[in-house]
Amino acid sequence: MKKLLLGLTAAALAASVSMPASAQEKTKACFVYIGSKTDGGYSQAHDLGRQQVDKELGDKVETVFVENVPEGPDAQRAIERLARSGCAIIFATSFGFMDQTVAAAAKFPDVKFEHGTGYKTSENLGVYNARFYEGRYIQGQIAAKVSKKGVAGYIASFPIPEVVMGINAFELGAQSVNPDFKIKVVWANTWFDAAKEADAAKVLVDQGVDVLTQHTDSTAPMQVAAERGIHAFAQASDMIKAGPQTQLTGIVDTWGAYYVKRVKAVMDGTWKSENIWDGLAQGILEMAPYTNMPDDVKAMAEATEAKIKSGELKPFTGPIKKQDGSDWLKAGESADDATLAGLNFYVQGVDDKLPQ
Amino acid sequence: MLIAESILLTIATAATPLLLAAIGELVVERSGVLNLGVEGMMVMGAVCGFAAAALTGSPWIGMLAAILAGVLFSLLFGFLTLTIATNQVATGLSLTLLGLGLSSMIGEAFVGSPGVKLPTLANGIAEIPLVGQPVAGLLDLLAGIPLIGRVLFAQDPIFYISIALVIGVTWFLFHTRAGLVLRSVGDNHASAHALGTNVIGIRYLAVMFGGACAGLAGGHLSLVYTPQWVENMTAGRGWIALALVVFASWRPLRLLAGAYLFGAVSIGQLHAQALGLGIPSQLLSSLPYLATVLVLVLISRNRRLTMMNTPASLGQPFVPDR
Repeated sequence: MKKLLLGLTAAALAASVSMPASAQEKTKACFVYIGSKTDGGYSQAHDLGRQQVDKELGDKVETVFVENVPEGPDAQRAIERLARSGCAIIFATSFGFMDQTVAAAAKFPDVKFEHGTGYKTSENLGVYNARFYEGRYIQGQIAAKVSKKGVAGYIASFPIPEVVMGINAFELGAQSVNPDFKIKVVWANTWFDAAKEADAAKVLVDQGVDVLTQHTDSTAPMQVAAERGIHAFAQASDMIKAGPQTQLTGIVDTWGAYYVKRVKAVMDGTWKSENIWDGLAQGILEMAPYTNMPDDVKAMAEATEAKIKSGELKPFTGPIKKQDGSDWLKAGESADDATLAGLNFYVQGVDDKLPQ
Repeated sequence: MLIAESILLTIATAATPLLLAAIGELVVERSGVLNLGVEGMMVMGAVCGFAAAALTGSPWIGMLAAILAGVLFSLLFGFLTLTIATNQVATGLSLTLLGLGLSSMIGEAFVGSPGVKLPTLANGIAEIPLVGQPVAGLLDLLAGIPLIGRVLFAQDPIFYISIALVIGVTWFLFHTRAGLVLRSVGDNHASAHALGTNVIGIRYLAVMFGGACAGLAGGHLSLVYTPQWVENMTAGRGWIALALVVFASWRPLRLLAGAYLFGAVSIGQLHAQALGLGIPSQLLSSLPYLATVLVLVLISRNRRLTMMNTPASLGQPFVPDR
């Protein structure tokens, strides 16, 4: 029932987005968001990217966005509507828009498509993603230094490779400092439900964790951490306002420069379908300022960040054992992107059973 | 603070908005009106409560604004379904859709603004001149009782309101003449009308009470539970409240039990996950709903009892003959 209602709302919203007739010389860049552009997290980060396109390319470009588009058939309607309205390039920003974007790309060969965090490409469909796990590795290191109890709480959303990758990277980072470091994982089974995320945070604190991290999008866990006097990491956007004394750092998605580059490429006629997976080095994600931690921890975090940027350190480099104790990566061996993109098991030390 | 005590507090916080929204809807349905707009009224209460608190700096004004928003929104429903007798199901659903959209629009300016949290009972009372301080001191003392002290004496005011409402509604419905009249309107509006009862007037009052409760439930979300505004922050709790009313077979005390059972299972499953018991999280997440279905099946086995409690005129529009 709820899903149906959300779908109806979204359809109504999608229909209400007005699309002014564009002057011929302007390039039209269009964006599809799964959430609202003011969600304070994931979709907002994409919208900030869109605003940067507006700012940097000024009169030469016109941007259009559709927000609150549910994954599924509604997404296809929204994307095709944009394609028909004269968009030169369409960014579909959520993983769940994948099949709809693929279908639309086949239908409109003259329009360029880019699918965020996906993996299916074609002549006029590229994919782009960010190596969020690089940031989570740094978070893990900080957590292991800051935590007195040696246990962190991890509020996870859905058991998809992206999230599993994050949990593993966090654990590996923590183990590089304290080999016995533990994480407690709670699956909220939602991306965005402030109250439920707050409950999960309270439960984790009650069970004795003294550092919290989240792969859900609201600032509620940060608020709970602030109330209970422990530390926490931000997700997708800087959440320092929710916990000025609480936030250690956080992963901040910065899609702006990438969007500007790709829209420019469309203008120049140099756009090609690509499979982009950028990281800290390319600036597609940034670490929020390192705050509320001792200087030596901050120095360690900065050093790690520099090493990841230079390529000297790759978080998924052996020796790494799987959770069940079997070997995954030999010493010095790094996981390839295809393996990471389909990751469906934990590394040793994660105190949770991965939902299958 | 003991872990058990902390768990009890978390459960109470999770159950309070459900209980509030549901107790309001219970009275509405007892008067024979089915308002499926609970989610919409709740989310309007959440956004207006947050906005008023953020603008004035006073969570108390926020609380009042939340109630007022719920009442105003319910009046829209009342006008449509009672005065011009539209279909209640369709009107209620559109109220929810309207509420979700309108609240996003109103709330856009408030996303990310720092929240104002409603103080606990003791801290709230301490603000009252003269008698406030000693009473607050006594409450603080009582809150020191192990296990139940904080649960009983150190929560937010809306928690106490929710419990008081359950007791008040029980008394009103089953021990006062006015309550009897309200139930008779819900059971057979034609007979009640023939006896000279103002059916539409009573239903208006019931709908407004439902709106006030749903608005306050929303205010609890944005002022106590998670003091912030995010779009669609009710996340389906209005629908759960609606289900709880049926679950409780329209009896207030069963509603209390239902809301706390739901809260306890919701929080319990998170604890089970954090303990790493190895039970699949999808199963655990669905436990609160499974528990609700199970209880519904058990209580609806006795068809006669269920029929006796269900308001017979529920959902039927009333158009008096002229």
